[in-house]
Amino acid sequence: MRRISRLSRLAVLGSATVLLLTGCLGSSGDGSGDQDSNRNADAKKVELTIGSNSVKGGKSSAGATFTEDVLIPKFVEAQKAKGVDVTVKFQGDGSDDEVYKQKLALSLSNKAGPDLFSLDGIWVGEFAQAGYIKPLTDTVGDAAKVNDWNGWKQIPESVQQLGSFDGKRYGVPGGTDGRVLFFNKKLFQQAGLPADWQPKSWDEITSAAQALKKLPGVTPVQINAGTAMGEATSMQGVLPLLVGTGATINSDGKWLGNTPQLRQVLDFYKTIYGSGLGDPVLQREAKGRDKSFAEFAANKIGILLESDYFWRSVVEPKEGVAKMADRDTAVGYALIPASKPGAGVKGQDFVSMSGGGATAINPNTKFPQQAWELLQFMNSAEMVKASLNGAAKITQRTDVNTEVLAGDPMLNFVATKVLPITQFRPGLAEYPKISAALQQATADVVGGKSTDAAAKSYQAAVEAAAGKDKVSSS
Amino acid sequence: MTTAPAPVPGRPARVRGPAQDVAGLGVARAVGFLAPALLLIGAFLVFPAIWTIYIGITNYRLTGVEAVSPSIVGLANYTKALNDALFHNALWLTVLFVLGSAIVGQNILGFALAWTMRRARPAVRRTVEGLVLLAWILPSTVVAYLWIAFFDRDTGTLNSILGTQGTAWLIDYPMVCLIVFNTWRGTAFSMMLYSSALQAVPPSQLESARMVGASGWQTLRDVVFPHIRGHVLTNTLLISLWTANDFSPFLLTKGGPNHESETVPVYIYNVALQGGELGYSSAISFLLLIANLLVALLYLRLLRRRS
Repeated sequence: MRRISRLSRLAVLGSATVLLLTGCLGSSGDGSGDQDSNRNADAKKVELTIGSNSVKGGKSSAGATFTEDVLIPKFVEAQKAKGVDVTVKFQGDGSDDEVYKQKLALSLSNKAGPDLFSLDGIWVGEFAQAGYIKPLTDTVGDAAKVNDWNGWKQIPESVQQLGSFDGKRYGVPGGTDGRVLFFNKKLFQQAGLPADWQPKSWDEITSAAQALKKLPGVTPVQINAGTAMGEATSMQGVLPLLVGTGATINSDGKWLGNTPQLRQVLDFYKTIYGSGLGDPVLQREAKGRDKSFAEFAANKIGILLESDYFWRSVVEPKEGVAKMADRDTAVGYALIPASKPGAGVKGQDFVSMSGGGATAINPNTKFPQQAWELLQFMNSAEMVKASLNGAAKITQRTDVNTEVLAGDPMLNFVATKVLPITQFRPGLAEYPKISAALQQATADVVGGKSTDAAAKSYQAAVEAAAGKDKVSSS
Repeated sequence: MTTAPAPVPGRPARVRGPAQDVAGLGVARAVGFLAPALLLIGAFLVFPAIWTIYIGITNYRLTGVEAVSPSIVGLANYTKALNDALFHNALWLTVLFVLGSAIVGQNILGFALAWTMRRARPAVRRTVEGLVLLAWILPSTVVAYLWIAFFDRDTGTLNSILGTQGTAWLIDYPMVCLIVFNTWRGTAFSMMLYSSALQAVPPSQLESARMVGASGWQTLRDVVFPHIRGHVLTNTLLISLWTANDFSPFLLTKGGPNHESETVPVYIYNVALQGGELGYSSAISFLLLIANLLVALLYLRLLRRRS
């Protein structure tokens, strides 16, 4: 008897505590909207931190070098002229995008984190919903101050979407990219394939891969798959293939479920990784993407589906993470074909996917006005141009692009041939969950499961994430 | 856990009067002495545990709408866990991991080292103990890096030794790799515990066993083991709890490939941070806590029966 009564007393105490805690969770985010957006506007001593997933000598080294060596000193100098003593710190990171996102979300949920930070366009929705970022007009306070910035006119509407959610601007986008098929011309020559290779269907990719397979020690083709690579699997794998079947991940308000197009994509994965044309082990390794870069640079991979980031930052001869001294002559690029000519989305013969990030202001920054000034300065024509440091990149600004892209044939190719046919991911908060389900489906197929089984569990995962009535299938 | 002289429940507590107050402190001062310890335990042990239980009944997420306004979902997270194939998979892998690397691996290797080193020359013994200890005290990140290099597919040490170029050990045999790794990593504790336990075996009994012609196995079974039974149970309890809660598998495989080495702690991490489902992962954490308590209870019961 004694024992039972003590137990029940404990239980009552426990549930009372739990009830008391109710309402403590999450609600803390509500108050921050009431903060005075002009706080510290006249401060003479200002400290700002810029956070970004780049680090000198590592990931996206050029970007980090620019921020630390050019952007920050220039901004400090410009502010000094106005009599403001600014200290700007750079908080670099060199991790996988998923890890960076977790770190950022955890910091922001505790009202900490850098004053300005870069984030992927697809995170904007979920971060905005969580209150981790606020519309720029809210943070800066004065709507005219934000909307009258002359930089917006230079940023194309489609690119502005990368920093927007529900029709509101949450950050300033930082340029975009496009996906193509990169191939190693040296291996192509050995296999008797043309240097100006341009496949017109998936079958032509497979037949080129068959030819490359005869070379010893060479993996013919690598198309990102699996969960270890995270979003890279979606962007450099499933999504470009999917638009090549004529489907998009979200159309008419419904997410793609277990449809013939999805199964067609998974079947293509099966063809590549089930018949030794691709290396399935690489797709399952924890550091598989970095390894695929290294192997391509070492002339061990024939064809690799990647974004122009690969050209700019990976095999780039001077600062790349997997340098190729002979990049300009050895690396070829081709448009990604639809499964068959004309079978792509909107009846296209060739397809691609584009993405990009944005820089947002931390709603809890001590210096919202100064942060907005820095954000404008960062995205001025002068700074965007300086960030390129002679190299080319598809920046957010049209005025800068017209000037610099002519100098780099590959990026010019992306700007003129790829961007007109490309697709962007939907800026919806559920997207990351759907994307994770797609990655899992490819992991299943590459790991040996049948297409049908993988597609079925995909359907279940999408229904759990988005709700049964918001999923298409047939 | 033995810091606070808590009043013993049961009969003696009913006896009132000054006889209880042996130290002569008085209630106020006694509470004063206890308060710091209780506050620390409350702040860093009890509160987080209750907080976890609370988050476990909500749909709290790292990002999205539920991060601002989570709602109570009752036991939905727990029913979800019971039907979650990936959670079942994680549980099964944890059982394998504990069985293979702790109960069998560390226990047997630790005892074997302690038994053989007992008679070895001091120089040899110290060297061996030093090396085994080194595996235990090195930081996990350093160790994980070394083992990744050891198992690597392209330039790994293991492949060079065996001449099996191109075998991706961490992909093809992830659980075997983790079990070998954790046995290597944690054997030091068992070795030390058994070394000191073996000193409690009276040499005269070992001598007698030798005189009557007992074989090595018979000596172990009939002379040594009865003396160290309690140590075996304590050691097994500790290392199996540590192993079940160990997070270093994440550093080697991240739970991959495709969940093939995702033990419960790694699964909790992946659900919480990769998937952002903080509510669900808290519920699973609580289930892991209960599992730990059950294992501990089982061992304690065994220990009591033996003694």
